[in-house]
Amino acid sequence: MTAAREATAVPGVTHTARDGGVSTAGRRKPRRWTRSAIPWLFLAPALLFFLYFKFIPMAEGIRLSLYKVQPFLGDLFVGMDNYTSVLDDSAFQDAAVHTAVLAAGTTFGSMIVGFCLALLLEGQAKSLWFVRSAVFLPVVAATAVIGEIWRVLLFPAPNGFANEVLSWIGVGPSTFLDHPDTALWSVMLVGIWKHAPYDMVLILAGLAGIDREQYEAAAIDGTNVFQRLWYVTLPALRPVVTILLTLAAIRGLRVFTEVYVLTGGGPAGATSVWMTTVFSRGFEKNDIGVAAAASVMLFLVTFVLTVIVQVWRRAREAR
Amino acid sequence: MSRAAKVSTRLDTALGWSTDRNAWLSRGVRILLCVLAVLLFTGPLITVFSGAFDVNRDPTQFSVIPHHPTTINFEEGSHKNIWGYFANSLFIAGGALLLQLLVSVFAAYAMARKKFRGQAIILLLILTTMMLPEEVIAIPLSLIVGDLPVVHWNLRGTLLGVILPLGAWGFSIFVMTEFMREIPVELEEAAKVDGAGELRIFARIILPLCRPALAVIAVFGFNMIWDQYLLPRIVANDPSDYTLTVALADLRSDFEVGPGIVLAGALLALLPSLLVYLSLQKSFLRGITTGAVKG
Repeated sequence: MTAAREATAVPGVTHTARDGGVSTAGRRKPRRWTRSAIPWLFLAPALLFFLYFKFIPMAEGIRLSLYKVQPFLGDLFVGMDNYTSVLDDSAFQDAAVHTAVLAAGTTFGSMIVGFCLALLLEGQAKSLWFVRSAVFLPVVAATAVIGEIWRVLLFPAPNGFANEVLSWIGVGPSTFLDHPDTALWSVMLVGIWKHAPYDMVLILAGLAGIDREQYEAAAIDGTNVFQRLWYVTLPALRPVVTILLTLAAIRGLRVFTEVYVLTGGGPAGATSVWMTTVFSRGFEKNDIGVAAAASVMLFLVTFVLTVIVQVWRRAREAR
Repeated sequence: MSRAAKVSTRLDTALGWSTDRNAWLSRGVRILLCVLAVLLFTGPLITVFSGAFDVNRDPTQFSVIPHHPTTINFEEGSHKNIWGYFANSLFIAGGALLLQLLVSVFAAYAMARKKFRGQAIILLLILTTMMLPEEVIAIPLSLIVGDLPVVHWNLRGTLLGVILPLGAWGFSIFVMTEFMREIPVELEEAAKVDGAGELRIFARIILPLCRPALAVIAVFGFNMIWDQYLLPRIVANDPSDYTLTVALADLRSDFEVGPGIVLAGALLALLPSLLVYLSLQKSFLRGITTGAVKG
């Protein structure tokens, strides 16, 4: 396909280039320093945006985390005090637990659901393609919109939509987001609902890459479906699963929008996660220094997690 | 292909689904499960359509088919500025996406087609930005947007304040760079022999060949921008600056507003993402697999 594209592109290209050649024929060769400046000119916009909206904020975040930030009075250097007050704060401790539970539950839940969906929807048929496209829709919808929709669906009254559906199969009614005991699980379910189709796509790509001859060999050995899944399919999916786990774990640790829209961290702090706590500290209580320190800690955790997985992956591949 | 077909199509899938028309039990189970999956994953989105066009003010009375079809939610919503929020969203998405595409192709051209000192460091910087969660820099960013260092612009409460921070995205640059590397050098050299300048090579040779990758970064860019929540919220001076996705929460907590208007807003916020996805579906799926594997 690319070959055909090139073949059609080349005649047009040489034509326009020749037109340009007439006008530039008399021009002198550009000097050395302009030649070496060309890549930097092309990179300049990206570097400028990154500098202003990634690197300066990051540096500023680290600086703020070491200060007691007081508008009008001037900032006061406090060293690691903000970090120790984050660690001592029970709100952050609870948030850390909720974040870990939510991240783990959403990560594994969506992987299991995604795996089942992939097994169900694997195949070449046009109808399966249609089903796959439909199932994928939650991934493309904006997180905040999904939160609002589920808030309405999970209305805690017995005749709320979700409870109505549950009553058909004789379950419920549940209080969902409205009660401390059920709120975190409800948030987790919505997270799984949104992320499972994403995992499905990656697992489907992994399934498509499995050599069909391995299935033939397994069939000749007289294995049943479960043995084939366990001994052939799952080992072949290991690289995909590693990637999914890393991506989902990091996504889970930095979760904000879903929780903020669904519960705002409530009821009674039962679903407060790290980022919603940072948000309320920073923007509602204006405790910028502590919020910045908590942000830096979150970054360090995700950073260390990424590095560990990368190193582990390299080591595996090298073996 | 023919050999595989001879072996039995049951080995085409991990579960060994039969494609034989006579295997009615297996086919029946699979169709039933597919219907369930579609209902589970699209049902909640379909209820938005019916809820947005229904008169019900009671959040418990909520169904898949509207009882009394009407557009009153959109009319009442216009008093609550939902069209204004929608316009904010569209303007930000359009501006930021255009900027992001331009910045990405320029940067990728340098990274993929040039060799220069410091290239490895730049690559490392781009990767660092990809590993830096947006949420982590929200607090300092909210201060910086109010007073940009050196130039001292105050972008608070402006659409530019949301657009500019989204101007460069590591993922787009990365995908574009990977794609541009594949373009054969001979094309460029031929054009150089003919005396074409740098910009001409970029615009007439490299860019036209990058159309598939452009589609990928356009869908992903749109999705990333439309999904922004924290950024529009911290940049806004007052609620009229909100994007539609952010404003939904305010609409919901407004006692004059019933669930119908919230769902009308949700529908408006949902439609652009659905349209973009359905029209560029192949690019989207390709981006997921390449992006995840490379990133």
